[in-house]
Amino acid sequence: MLRLILLSLLNRRTTALLSILGIAVSVTLLLGVEKLRVSARDSFASTISGTDLIVGARAGDIQLLLYAVFRIGDATNNIGWDSYREIAARPEIDWIVPLSLGDSHRGFRVVGTDAGFFTHYKYRQDKGLEFAAGQPFSDMFDAVIGAEVAAALGYGLDSRITLTHGTGALTGADHDNLPFRIAGILKPTGTPVDRAIHVGLPAIEAIHLDWRSGSRIEGLNITEEKVRAMNPASLQPRAITAALVGLRSPIQTFQFQRYVNGYRKEPLSAILPGVALSRLWALIGIGERALGAVAILVVMTALLGLVTTIYATLNERRREMAILRANGASPYHIVLLLVTESAILTFSGAVLGTMILYGLILMLRSAFEAGFGLQLTLTLPSAREWLFFVLVLGAGLLAGLIPALRAYRHSLADGMTIRS
Amino acid sequence: MEDEPAVLIRDAAFCWPDGEFAIEVDEFALARGERLLLLGASGAGKSTLLNLIGGFLRPRSGQITVLGQALSDLGQTALDRFRADNFGVIFQMFNLLPYLSVLDNVLIPLRFSRQRRQQAGDAHACAERLLSRLGVAQNLHSRPAAHLSVGQQQRVAAARAMIGAPHIILADEPTSALDHDNAGKFLDLLQAETESTGAALLMVSHDMRVADHFDRVIDLTSIARTDGRNSEACCG
Repeated sequence: MLRLILLSLLNRRTTALLSILGIAVSVTLLLGVEKLRVSARDSFASTISGTDLIVGARAGDIQLLLYAVFRIGDATNNIGWDSYREIAARPEIDWIVPLSLGDSHRGFRVVGTDAGFFTHYKYRQDKGLEFAAGQPFSDMFDAVIGAEVAAALGYGLDSRITLTHGTGALTGADHDNLPFRIAGILKPTGTPVDRAIHVGLPAIEAIHLDWRSGSRIEGLNITEEKVRAMNPASLQPRAITAALVGLRSPIQTFQFQRYVNGYRKEPLSAILPGVALSRLWALIGIGERALGAVAILVVMTALLGLVTTIYATLNERRREMAILRANGASPYHIVLLLVTESAILTFSGAVLGTMILYGLILMLRSAFEAGFGLQLTLTLPSAREWLFFVLVLGAGLLAGLIPALRAYRHSLADGMTIRS
Repeated sequence: MEDEPAVLIRDAAFCWPDGEFAIEVDEFALARGERLLLLGASGAGKSTLLNLIGGFLRPRSGQITVLGQALSDLGQTALDRFRADNFGVIFQMFNLLPYLSVLDNVLIPLRFSRQRRQQAGDAHACAERLLSRLGVAQNLHSRPAAHLSVGQQQRVAAARAMIGAPHIILADEPTSALDHDNAGKFLDLLQAETESTGAALLMVSHDMRVADHFDRVIDLTSIARTDGRNSEACCG
């Protein structure tokens, strides 16, 4: 029976191949969307790793995560420098990196931090920041830019930039008296680091020497020379926006979180980045579901195409059915024949589609990682992917039933009469 | 059982669901091993009669008995199996699946009937023997059926109808696509083969000239009444 079906398919190989190809492409899309979805979720979830707690002014965990990590929105309040120093001096602390936000450069956020950022910021399971060119800032007016900033604005090493006060493109709010030199360019990470400009905390303080309460004090006329001549202590920040904290032992995480949340001198919050990330993903995950729905629609379209193809050939195959019928095949054999046929086509299509997907991943994974920061892994299909595979096969079988039932009615009506 | 005729029809009436055509058969019998030619003009109901005997169509009244088995007593599945076991069928043309080899075409009935599979023994040897006896040269056996001439195709169809020794061969104008010489040769072979297996042969044709290959020749009009639209058989 199987041999009969295979030979019959071989006889109609062009249409059979086209059906297989249609299913293959749709399965590639379905599994591809699934892979991208998982990859996007994973790389989102690993936007920041190795950081045990993020400390900021009292706020909801998603809000704190949004401005401290994603640089979206603004902090409602700051952490006083004294509080920061006190927290940093706690024995549980392994390392602490300050973040000072609020300035921008041509739409990209400026992050005031210290050199510890480049060693302690980790993403995607302990992957550290790497330099495509240059090095961390060594001079006060050095800046380190993310890969996307460099690409979008065409900056190279030693390019000169001026920062803008605030995050909008206000004219006249430029800190143009104190230009920065680009000392380092980071490799792409697929995290918000790509879109940030990093400078030292004293530099942030310096460019705000002539600013008070959001407006420039006229006539102060701060220059680079004056800043360099100043006592470093006077460039100590009065406040920062947030801090990334690594603890000596993860066991102390909750204890330390309670300590920060209960800090008496000012209202502070400490959040666990992993928990906040997954809560944030649950909020924005609706897009992922829409993407999945589109992929399922594509598969349904392909299966509809399969039904159409088999259905369309039924008339010209009526003779084939009648010959089989006259030679002992029952109408059930005819149904089995057509359902098996669509099962073979669907299975071949699904296998081919999976192979195409893996081929594409193999070819495009490095481009994807560089371009979108999405890591596509060449792993065995996940349980969910297997489920999709089985569902597609099941749908193919069901689709095969439609023409099969028509052929069943044909063969009952035709009997041994050959109509062609 | 063995004394029962191959086919016995009593007072059978049938009409197509659309009421376009009806046929009534008062009495018809085909003895075991008998070669019977049923003559009739085209459209006279010959194919409908073959369909009734083969169990593809069920009469609305009357009795059709094949090898002692009343077809009306069989359910759909049992009827399909009964047909696969006991009938060999040859059509006018387009008998073969073009994408199968000659040999595979001959073997088709054995896929659907265990009884015929057992009777055939070594299926390949049996098919080759049948083909050779029907004059299909060895070198054609593995060729796709589509490559054969119409005459060769009909002989392959005859081999297929006879493989596994079914009791009854139904042939629907098997020679109409052949020229006179080839038709004669084909019927010689068919006659010889049915003689050796003991199968009954019921052939319908409109061609009187083939009559001398048969034990008995009857005219369809002598056993059946056919009617066009709104016939009694449809209403009653």
